Amino acid sequence: MNLATLLSADLPYWAQSLLRVLGGLVAVLLPAGTIVYLFLFKMMSFMQSRLGPMEAGPQGSMQLFAEVGKWLQKEDIYPARADKFIFKLAPLIVLASTFLLVVVVPFGPDALFTNFETGVFYSLAVSSVSVLGILIAGWSSANKYSLLGGLRAAGQLIAYELPMVLAVVGVVIQAGTMNLQQIVVAQNAGSMFGFSSLGNPYVITQFVGFIVFMIAVQAELTQTPFDMPIAESELVSGYMTEYSGFRFLIFFIGEFATAGVFSMIASILFLGGWAVPFSWFGWTTIDSIDNWMNIVGPLILFTKMIVVVFFIMWIRFSYPRFREDQLQKFAWKVLIPVSLANIMVTAILKVAF
Amino acid sequence: MSLLGDRQQLAYIAAQAADARVNVELETEGMTLNIGPQHPATHGTLRIIARLDGEQVLWADPSCGYMHRGYEKLTEVRSYPQVTALVNRIDWLGSFANEVPFILAAEKLMGVEAPSRAQHIRTILFELSRIANVTLFLGDLGVQLGAVTPVFFAFRDREYVLNLIEGATGGRFHPNFDRIGGLKDDLPAGFIDETRNVMKKLRGFCDQIEDLLFGNEIFQSRTRGIGVIPKDVALQYGLSGANLRASGVDWDLRRDQKLPLAYDKVDFKVITHPDGDSFARCWVRLQEVRESTRIVDQLLDTIPAGPIMAKVPKIIKVPEGEAWVSTENPLGEMGYYVVSQGDMGPFRVKIRSASFNNISITPWLLKGVYVPDIITILASLYFILGDIDR
Repeated sequence: MNLATLLSADLPYWAQSLLRVLGGLVAVLLPAGTIVYLFLFKMMSFMQSRLGPMEAGPQGSMQLFAEVGKWLQKEDIYPARADKFIFKLAPLIVLASTFLLVVVVPFGPDALFTNFETGVFYSLAVSSVSVLGILIAGWSSANKYSLLGGLRAAGQLIAYELPMVLAVVGVVIQAGTMNLQQIVVAQNAGSMFGFSSLGNPYVITQFVGFIVFMIAVQAELTQTPFDMPIAESELVSGYMTEYSGFRFLIFFIGEFATAGVFSMIASILFLGGWAVPFSWFGWTTIDSIDNWMNIVGPLILFTKMIVVVFFIMWIRFSYPRFREDQLQKFAWKVLIPVSLANIMVTAILKVAF
Repeated sequence: MSLLGDRQQLAYIAAQAADARVNVELETEGMTLNIGPQHPATHGTLRIIARLDGEQVLWADPSCGYMHRGYEKLTEVRSYPQVTALVNRIDWLGSFANEVPFILAAEKLMGVEAPSRAQHIRTILFELSRIANVTLFLGDLGVQLGAVTPVFFAFRDREYVLNLIEGATGGRFHPNFDRIGGLKDDLPAGFIDETRNVMKKLRGFCDQIEDLLFGNEIFQSRTRGIGVIPKDVALQYGLSGANLRASGVDWDLRRDQKLPLAYDKVDFKVITHPDGDSFARCWVRLQEVRESTRIVDQLLDTIPAGPIMAKVPKIIKVPEGEAWVSTENPLGEMGYYVVSQGDMGPFRVKIRSASFNNISITPWLLKGVYVPDIITILASLYFILGDIDR
């Protein structure tokens, strides 16, 4: 009995839905918590020659619960002149975008929420929903710093949406499908020049696309060097300035959960996703994959995600930030031409071979 | 037919008018942004009122005085030895350097000169406070530009210097160690070896910062050509210290002035940079930390034996007169104009602190820059609030 039959046949609809909701929560919150502890607390401290949190739990591993507890206790403040409904709505929109994104991520041969034919298209579309949340957060706060931060975020995220989409087009051309599950299969069933023991992870053939995608992800997540919307030393905290307590917590979870989900998508598109090269176990198609991959697959994906997030955070903690106009120039004059050229080359090679 | 023609004509005119309306540039309104007095980039309570058009600054006006503590007035009700405890708090990151010019002014009025060992130790501590101060600047620079890591390296390595100052004087931030006619104490045992080690570490820190920040392309694109101060403007606004030297003016009071300090016994370069932009100011400060470590090393080699206190009466009364002494402090020229009427305390003291003059250029400098550049420029001008407001 595989997981799909377990989910579809043996359980009533409400139980299936409950399982899916719980799965979604785990898929969003577990990476977020891991990233915060592993990178924001520990790796950052290591880079900055300090210990980081050490008191709560062994090596400070329970620190996150302490922080969440602290935020939940805080007073829910909103500015007197804020547009209250919109102000309260904004963090939810940002978090909703993350949950919408995780829906299409495949974690194993059968461990997935939905098997979308146009998963790539969908994920790129819903990822920009968070812009709305950020923009209205900046606008409704009735704070000039927040407004500047929100507008910067809008400009930045629109500018970086484009190279991200264009970078993914290369992968889509090569795989010949927009289904994320099919892209995983295409990478692991494939071979490079008849050498199939590594599969064909697109990070090798689509290296330019991968770099452009990762830069765009960095900007999309508003991590340093692209963190002008938050810009702690300039705009205090940008669009988040007026948020406190639980609402700030939602923004915070949203930031790191989105980092996790984007890294999962990056590892699915470029690093082979949840699977190992099929030739290792003599699999040929997705149906011949053993059932245990439904358990091991999420772990493999999680590991790859941690590696990708490591690079994102490494850059975040070592680089100064761009200026807004430099960032726009970089997007429009460097990244977009490069990714267009990448599409051209990929298309020509696809036709040629 | 004519009706139809008219209608067509009217439609055409209406379309033209609508087109014209659309193509007119939208009228936009400026926004006044209050940066500070509580803002992460202002190192305390400086307030900058900026009129913005989008992200561009139309004009900016610094407004200071939120932390005015009235030190000039307070000195009038203190005796001379007590004043050093006050002026320690002016530039709080390089406290010892604040005491020196005041004590020198008092010594000048009394006609006393500290023995040469005391002069040497004064100079060493002076340079150590410069290193402690500028080290923190180099780390803070990263934070202002968005890099979070360098500041921790700066705090870590400044701690070594503060330990040295604490070992010699007993106070980490506010040594209150300088006395009229010499120093409170001699150096502790092991100070010289320890200082040599620390100077080596500090040079390593400078290399690290140079690799981490100054070589970074983003850092360079953020600072090069931003906030350019030409030579003549710098002189007109009365800038001093590294801000002036970064505009290509070869001016250093340590070298240009004959004071009872040990600078004439050491060989050091005065660092200048022709560009006058933010990068030049930061670069000059980085090189100055290196020069300072070299100065300290040389002074440690040549430190003479002897007393650390000249003969001064137990109760200090300064004869009538007026004296002006200024020194090259970490932030620039710092001077005291001391007026004495023969009492135990000064009659009147005018404090010339570097940051107050350095910050006066901001309205000129911030015109037309973008909001992120405000932060870059303020960071590179490097002011300390206590030094502005006194």
